[in-house]
Amino acid sequence: MTTLAPSSFLRSSRSRNVIPGFGITMGFSLLYITFLFLIPVGGLLLFTMTQSWDQFWRAISHPQVVASYRLSFGASLIGATINLVFGLLVSWVLVRYQFPFKRLVDALIDLPFALPTAVAGIALVTLYASTGWVGQYFHVYGIRIAYTQIGVVIALTYIGLPFVVRTVQPVLEDLESELEEASAALGASRLTTIRRVILPALMPALLTGYALAFARALGEYGSVVFISGNLPYLTEITPLLIVAKAEQYDYQGAAAIGTVMLLAAFVMLLVINGLQWWSTRRFSH
Amino acid sequence: MSTLTTRFKHLTALGLVALSLGAFSAQAQTVNLLNVSYDPTRELYREYNEWFAQQWRDEHGQSVNIRQSHGGSGSQARSVIDGLDADVVTLALAYDVDALRQRADLIPADWQERLPGNSSPYTSTIVLLVRAGNPKNIQDWDDLVRDDVQVITPNPKTSGGARWNYLAAWGYALEEYGSEEAAFEFVEKVFANVPVLDPAARGATNTFVQRGIGDVFISWENEAFLAVEQLGRGQFEIVVPSVSILAEPPVTVVDANVDRKGTRAVAEAYLEGLYTDDAQRLAGKHFYRPSNPDIAAEFSDQFPDVNFFGIDDVFGGWDKAQNDHFNDGGHFDTILENIARNR
Repeated sequence: MTTLAPSSFLRSSRSRNVIPGFGITMGFSLLYITFLFLIPVGGLLLFTMTQSWDQFWRAISHPQVVASYRLSFGASLIGATINLVFGLLVSWVLVRYQFPFKRLVDALIDLPFALPTAVAGIALVTLYASTGWVGQYFHVYGIRIAYTQIGVVIALTYIGLPFVVRTVQPVLEDLESELEEASAALGASRLTTIRRVILPALMPALLTGYALAFARALGEYGSVVFISGNLPYLTEITPLLIVAKAEQYDYQGAAAIGTVMLLAAFVMLLVINGLQWWSTRRFSH
Repeated sequence: MSTLTTRFKHLTALGLVALSLGAFSAQAQTVNLLNVSYDPTRELYREYNEWFAQQWRDEHGQSVNIRQSHGGSGSQARSVIDGLDADVVTLALAYDVDALRQRADLIPADWQERLPGNSSPYTSTIVLLVRAGNPKNIQDWDDLVRDDVQVITPNPKTSGGARWNYLAAWGYALEEYGSEEAAFEFVEKVFANVPVLDPAARGATNTFVQRGIGDVFISWENEAFLAVEQLGRGQFEIVVPSVSILAEPPVTVVDANVDRKGTRAVAEAYLEGLYTDDAQRLAGKHFYRPSNPDIAAEFSDQFPDVNFFGIDDVFGGWDKAQNDHFNDGGHFDTILENIARNR
């Protein structure tokens, strides 16, 4: 998929297209990206560079900040991984089976996109606090969910679910069940069919969904601050520390930590995209 | 598209045009005022704005439309610095108001001398909110460092109110135990008992009131009253500590903005109005301590006597307090490190 992009780019600029207007659409896209993304991010990087290396290093390497990276990246990865498994399951159920209220369930999947994250956070903490509907049963066994790192993972899993489902679902819809039947007819076991026929076809979409869910979780603030308890060194996420820095007018410290988040996220997304590219090449024939 | 929906769309568009025209012509005779404030003043200013609009109409025959903005005190100050068109600010602490001068030169250096009482028309203090019947028998600051007590407070790094909490505890320990080291140790013990550290005061109120977490909530007096009277009748009690800090939430006109907009006269009248008897009673009604001693006397049943200390006497002013305690590398950071190490 991605490998096609350069050649189609060249073709559209040289030859006549069914729908003309390459110049204007390209120009507009660039303008759009510039104002919405390049200028703000460029500004962040430029502003970060106004401080000395020493200052920058001190801001990003404080033990409290390092503890927050561990939580933010760790919980985001765990949340995205959970979504990878259960998002696939949900999309499988939605595509392959018929059941009452299927449309309704399908629509519900998008809810984490629309619901204000603060509302989600309050709802989650109401459920999972040790007095909550769900939390009380765990509390009996001495397990606390809200105000622990488990709570952070739950919030980050919640907001990431639609990304995996919505990227995998269309690919799964296009995947003909005849392929599975053919595989079975040729003597493959069910497990082999899943492993050799279904998963390879879904792999690029799964990885895209995984990357999106991870990236979304990394930047999440609103829902997490309600359920995490925000204890420094323990359940404090990096975005909260950025807010705390800005709150004491330490914009440079805030920008420094923001830059670290940005670069780290960029590298991890590159890796995931690399994996996706590799899996596309490996499994497509 | 059916003709019906097309017609509907035309009608809607027409309606919108008419509405905006109406708004425009109304604006011609109305003066607009924006008051940027912090969270707990919502109810107070809703009522005061009505009162003031009435007064101004009676005296000047002009209608005034007051808009309110509420949020965390620090982030509200930042919005004004970044260009929010506030005519007046009514924030939680002088440090946040002074930022308008230090970072954007929006107000003159002597802003706090322009109105009586350090420009604070009402004051408040920090009290302890406990659960009904006071099951943990919490009487004073000393009970907050007991091993069996869980304390709820927002994070002083992100919440202006929490800075008052922290300084109130520090000031108590300083007076009681006589040294900075003892005060440091005391505040560290208090924060070691905090199970949830919310970023803002309203969030902390919810943690204590709705979630049922913690045995004692260090709170603005007015927020504590709100919890007792409105959020959970009969579920909470206020414990007034032997010593506490005098919290002065100051107000000021934002000179750069009112001069540009030509709203200085009404903005100044708006703030001066806060010192009238009527407005002082409103403040008392919304659980702020009136600065006028005569009006305060009318509310003496509501507000028990507290031995107050001020931020200037004990901490040398907000700038110094912020620098010593809350900025990076300050006492609070060290306290957090110690707690993390001992956990």
